[in-house]
Amino acid sequence: MTTAFGDDGRIDGARRGDALARWIGHHPVAALVIAVIVILALWLILAPWPAGFENVFGKKRLFVNALFNGITLGGLYFLVASGFTLIFGLMRYVNLAHGSLYLFGGYMGYEAGQWTGSWLFSYVVAFICCAIVGVAMQVLIFRRMEGEDLRQTLVTLGLSIVFSDLMVWVWGGNAIQIDTPDYLAGPVPTPIVVAVRSSGETVFLQYPLVRLAILAAAIVIGVGMWLAFNRTRIGMMIRAGVDDRDMLSVLGYRVQLLFVIVFAFGAGLAGMAGIVGGTFQSISLGEDSNFLLASLVVVIVGGMGSIPGAALGALIIGLSEQIGAVYFQNYATVLAFLIMVIVLAIRPQGLLGKR
Amino acid sequence: MALAQTTGPAPLAVPGEERSGALSRWVSRHAPILILGVLLIILPAVANSFILDQIVGWAMILGMIALSLMFLAGYGGMVSLAQMTVAGVAGYMIAVLGTSSLPAISLFWPWWVAAPLAIAIAVAFGTFAGALSARTEGIYTIMITLALAAAFFYLTLQNWPIFNGFNGFTTIPPPQFLGINWKDPIPLYYMILFFAALSYVAVLYVSRAPFGLALQGVRDNPRRMEAIGYNVTAHRIAAYAFAALIAAIGGVLLVWQNNQISPFSVGIDVVINILIIAIVGGISHPIGPFIGAIIYVILRTFALDGLVAVGLDGRRFQTIIGLGFLIIVLFSPDGVIGLWRRWTAHLREAGGGNAR
Repeated sequence: MTTAFGDDGRIDGARRGDALARWIGHHPVAALVIAVIVILALWLILAPWPAGFENVFGKKRLFVNALFNGITLGGLYFLVASGFTLIFGLMRYVNLAHGSLYLFGGYMGYEAGQWTGSWLFSYVVAFICCAIVGVAMQVLIFRRMEGEDLRQTLVTLGLSIVFSDLMVWVWGGNAIQIDTPDYLAGPVPTPIVVAVRSSGETVFLQYPLVRLAILAAAIVIGVGMWLAFNRTRIGMMIRAGVDDRDMLSVLGYRVQLLFVIVFAFGAGLAGMAGIVGGTFQSISLGEDSNFLLASLVVVIVGGMGSIPGAALGALIIGLSEQIGAVYFQNYATVLAFLIMVIVLAIRPQGLLGKR
Repeated sequence: MALAQTTGPAPLAVPGEERSGALSRWVSRHAPILILGVLLIILPAVANSFILDQIVGWAMILGMIALSLMFLAGYGGMVSLAQMTVAGVAGYMIAVLGTSSLPAISLFWPWWVAAPLAIAIAVAFGTFAGALSARTEGIYTIMITLALAAAFFYLTLQNWPIFNGFNGFTTIPPPQFLGINWKDPIPLYYMILFFAALSYVAVLYVSRAPFGLALQGVRDNPRRMEAIGYNVTAHRIAAYAFAALIAAIGGVLLVWQNNQISPFSVGIDVVINILIIAIVGGISHPIGPFIGAIIYVILRTFALDGLVAVGLDGRRFQTIIGLGFLIIVLFSPDGVIGLWRRWTAHLREAGGGNAR
């Protein structure tokens, strides 16, 4: 069994390079379009814009800032949505209290930061607190109504209403900002030219270090999840569970234990994302439903239950919100939903989803 | 199942007894509705305008919007959270096309053009929402319709040229015709009662018509219906269109009754409240949403005072609503109707025991 699997894997790996060439051979027009778009995007980002171009599209600084903000916001959305999609993919639970977990994590992280003064430690606290709530939800509620999709969804909806009201009770309605730690505070120069002064001096983009650090962390977490999924035993169990839960349990694996672990991990990720959100923007009343909706849109666009889909969807939605905020102010948020509608109409299972 | 059990012993009885039994069963089943109808018609004779307008009238409008959700969820198996949004589209359109305090946006068309057009636009929107979500199933529908509802909320919040952004519209009066000013509490009450009763009867009728039966078949086993030759997607989209019509009428009435509409009339919490109303009332019978709506309106109006009276913080209203919703979902999946059915079944059993 295992040797056969291993052999298959190796053959796949060897052929992967050819697959790209073959794909280009089969779709020459699409490949050309993609190549042109990539080159155009690289030019837009790296080269200084000519004056006439800037007159039409505005300052390059605005565009590049929106682009960076979009990508880093995409990183935040990925952290929230990957937990949501993981839970959905394995257990078919639509956890409408996911936004509440995000907000709860943010508040707990804020409290931990106030007590200990350590920003990194607050992530641990938020992860553990939300994981505990997640385990409680899984054991006390979901396990008791296995297979009743609608009831589970409604219960999480009720929970989210109660949680959000209780959080208002404890922390009030005012926005809370989590302070950036000193070692990540302030902007850093990036090698991207935004303008050339008349004196010939080039101006490089300055960007907040903390956002870049969080983006890097999101990428590390994403790659780590991908590796854990595809290279470890528990990842194999999760993938098997996503494909056929009943068969996995018939084979003697402890599916319920797996469920608890995955639920705890997804909830913990949402909690950590709460701190990221609190550092990026702020956490306040109403952010729970905002981030629940963001994760919904991200997983609908990317494909439900797919981690790479969540990454792609998060990037698209983050970019569309930030670019939209600069170029179409009246319709910024609607743009993200418009993308969702188009994806649904063309590919109801999402960009990377499986039927 | 329950029906099969109650009619099970019937062949043993003589035909005459069976018929009178059926008649009495029909009366006993419909008596509560008939009594309720009479009570609602004579209510203006005894109640003041606050109760007519702010309690019963509001509950009937919310009940209509929740009824459109109940129709989709109960008979079609599609829990659409976009029904309040459909009502909101109709409400916004009546403000844009008809009369409001904003001459810069409103077109001031007469009500008999504005109202049907507003309803038609809302039905088109509801059908579009249905077409988007009908190709997916079950819990996907909730997610997609919730996202659509959020999209409309943000659109109204951010868009000033058509929806007047944050402020929305005020002073949108009900029309005057047949020599009656429908703005007065009693005419407005009867108008709302008429449309609520009409939509109730319409849903009941459609649920027993061939279309409704086919829809219930689609709910129970889409694959088999497809195999028999029914167009599953078309049935679902048609159900969305019918539900949108009810929600749209409810939306127009809501605006006429409230005299205003703003993004917060179609916010996420309102959208979710409609779902709560339908679920708490029960989605197995069209009366459920109206029961849920009257419970919600009474709680909404009096819970603050009630909470303070028993020494609790009145601001924890949402917790009470959420906990009540949780209890219903956890212990009586069929809502208040389920409780009522269980209670009457219990009584019947107890009565049968005594007779024996």
